[in-house]
Amino acid sequence: MVDHASSRADDAPVLRLEGVRRSFGIGTDVEIEILHGIDLVIQRGEFCALIGPSGSGKSTLLNIIGLLDRATAGKVFITGEDTDLLGDAELTRLRSRSIGFVFQNALLIPAFTALENVMMPQLVDKGWPDAAMRENASRLLGRVGLEQRKDNLANAMSGGQQQRVAIARALAMNPALVLADEPTGNLDTKSAEAVLKLMREVNLANGTTFLIVTHNMELAEQTDRIIEVVDGMVVSGTTRPTNASRNKLT
Amino acid sequence: MNPFLPFEWIAAVRFLMEGRAQTALTIFGAAVGVAVVVFMSALLVAVQANIFTRILSAQAHVVISAPKDEARALINTKTFAEIATIQAPAQKLRSIDQWQKIRVVLAAIPDVVVVSPAASGAAFAVRGDASKAITLNGIEPDVYYKIVNLPTMITAGTAALAAGDVLIGNQLAINLGVSLSDKIHIRSATGTDEIYTITGVFDLGNRGANERSVYVPLRAAQSLLGLQGGASSLDINIVDPLAAETMAVRISAETGLQADSWIKTFDQLFTSLKTQSISFGAIQFFVGLAVALGIASVLVVSVVQRSKEIGILRAMGASRGQILRIFLLQGAIVGLLGSIVGSAMGTGFVMLWRIFARNADGTPFFVITLAPSLFVTAAIVATLTGVLASLMPAVSASRLNPVDAIRG
Repeated sequence: MVDHASSRADDAPVLRLEGVRRSFGIGTDVEIEILHGIDLVIQRGEFCALIGPSGSGKSTLLNIIGLLDRATAGKVFITGEDTDLLGDAELTRLRSRSIGFVFQNALLIPAFTALENVMMPQLVDKGWPDAAMRENASRLLGRVGLEQRKDNLANAMSGGQQQRVAIARALAMNPALVLADEPTGNLDTKSAEAVLKLMREVNLANGTTFLIVTHNMELAEQTDRIIEVVDGMVVSGTTRPTNASRNKLT
Repeated sequence: MNPFLPFEWIAAVRFLMEGRAQTALTIFGAAVGVAVVVFMSALLVAVQANIFTRILSAQAHVVISAPKDEARALINTKTFAEIATIQAPAQKLRSIDQWQKIRVVLAAIPDVVVVSPAASGAAFAVRGDASKAITLNGIEPDVYYKIVNLPTMITAGTAALAAGDVLIGNQLAINLGVSLSDKIHIRSATGTDEIYTITGVFDLGNRGANERSVYVPLRAAQSLLGLQGGASSLDINIVDPLAAETMAVRISAETGLQADSWIKTFDQLFTSLKTQSISFGAIQFFVGLAVALGIASVLVVSVVQRSKEIGILRAMGASRGQILRIFLLQGAIVGLLGSIVGSAMGTGFVMLWRIFARNADGTPFFVITLAPSLFVTAAIVATLTGVLASLMPAVSASRLNPVDAIRG
C-alpha cells in the first residue's frame, strides 16, 4: 500500500487550527457564529476524544477538520498543508488521501459487499490496480476480524460488524488522520468496546491519529487526550497519561 | 466487481440492481415508449411505401407533353399597350415536335432509366348499344411495360399487344359485357372507328382507371387519334422517383416542353403524407417526453433515497463529476435497456400485425418490414433521452453538500 501521508513533512502536526471561525447566515442579514476562533494542534499518533454538549459546535468543527466544510475565518493545516490555498478538487484529493471517516451509523453503501466498501476510497481515487485494492481491503478486513464475511452485502451484517467494516474502509488509504463521529453511539456495550479496542490497536500499530467525537465520557476517558468544546471554543485539551488508557484496552 | 470498469459504471449498475423492481418498471416504461415508436415507424414507412408503390406501378415518374396552346394579347406596336385579349383556345391533342430526337436526348441523361412514347387521347369503346368513354393509350409494349408493369396486372389473357389487339380494364369489361377474344369498336373524337380483339383484361388497382383505361399498339392509337407518326407524351422513369420534380424542371428548362412529375400530379397526396409524417413526429416527441419524464422522476427519487450514500462517496473523495456521471450513466443504461426490450416488443407488435391485419382473401394489407437501422436509431435516441432525463437529478446529486447529505 502506498503511504500518501509520508510524502508530506513528517514533523508537521497532523492537524493545526489557527483562529478557526465558522458562521452561518440566517436569512439575509443575521449571522450566527458557531465557532469562535479555535486554535488546536494534534500531533501524529495521538488518540483523542472531542467532547462537548449538544450544540457546542463539535460537528461543525469535525466537518471543518474533515475538509467537508470551510472555515469562515482562520487557517486549517492538514499534515502541514494549508487548506485555504486549495481548490475544491485539490481539497477532495487531500481529504481522500489524508483523512478517513467513521460515522455513527457506519454508513456503508448497501449495494456493495464488505470488501467492495473497503475498496471504495481507492476505487474513487482511481489508478489503483485491482489486485492491490483487493489485497489491501482483504488485509484490512482480516484486521477487523471480518475476512470471512468479505463477500457479504453491507446490509446483511450486524451494526457492530458494519462499524468494523467502516473502520477498515477509513483505513483503506492509510490516512494520517481518522475522524470518528460517535462511532459507538448505536452499538451495544460489547460491540462498542470491540470497536474502540480496534481503533486503539490501529493507532498503536500504524501510528494513525484518531479524533473521536463522543458524548460518552467513559469512552472519552479511554483516550490519551480529551478536547472539550463548549459554546464554540476549546476549553480544555488535556493530555492524559497514555499508559493508563492503553492498559485498559489491552 | 469488474476490474476493467471505471468506478462510475460499477456504482451506476449496482445502484440500478439494488432497486430491482423500481429499475425494472422504469425500463419497462421506456420499453413501451420505444415499442410504440418502433411499431409506428415501421407502420408509417410501410403505409407510405405501399402508397408510392401503388402509384408508381401505374404511373411514370415524369410525363413530357407538347406545350399548351396559349392565348396572346394583341399589343399596340407603338405604345406597347394591350389592345385586346384573345380568349384562351381549347387545347387540342398535339404531338411533341421531333419526339424521336427528344427521346434519344432524354435517354442519354444518366438518371433516366427508360423513355416510352405514348399517343393518348379521349375515345369511346362501343359494343352493341353500350358506349363508354375511355382513355385510349397507344404504347410500345416493350418499353412501356418497364414503366407500368402491366403483365403483372393481367387478370385474364395476356399482355402481348399485336396489331388489332386491345387490353382493357376489368371494370370496362364488366360495363361493356365483354370478355377475352370478344371484339369491340373503338371510336375516336375525330370519328375514326376501328375494331379490336380483346386479348387481355387487367386490374390497375383503381376502379376509375379500370373503367377508362384501354391499351393498343402505338401505331394504332396514332391512326385513331389523328397523330400520324406522332406521340402526345413521353413517359420517363428515373433512378430516384423522389427526384422526379427536379428532373421535370430540368427537362422543361432544357427542351421547352411541358414536363410534369408524379409528385406534382399527386401534390395533394404528398401534402397528406407530409401531414401524416408531421403528426407522427409529434406523437414520437410526446412519447419520448413521457419516457424522459418517467426516467427523470425515478432518478429524482433515487437521488433523495441515496443522499447519504452520495454524501459518503463525496466524503471518501468522489468528485462532483464522478457523482454526476453515476446518475447520467443510470439514465443511459435505463434508456439503452428500454430500447432493447422496446425493440423486441415493437417487433412482436409488427408480427402480430402481419398475422391479423389481412384482407378478406387472406392477403396482407401491405408489406411491413423492420429495417435494422430503425433499431439502431431507437437505441441511440432512447439512450440520449435517458441521459437528458437524468441530467437534472444528476446535477442535483453532484451538488449535494456531503455534510447535509450524510445528516440526511
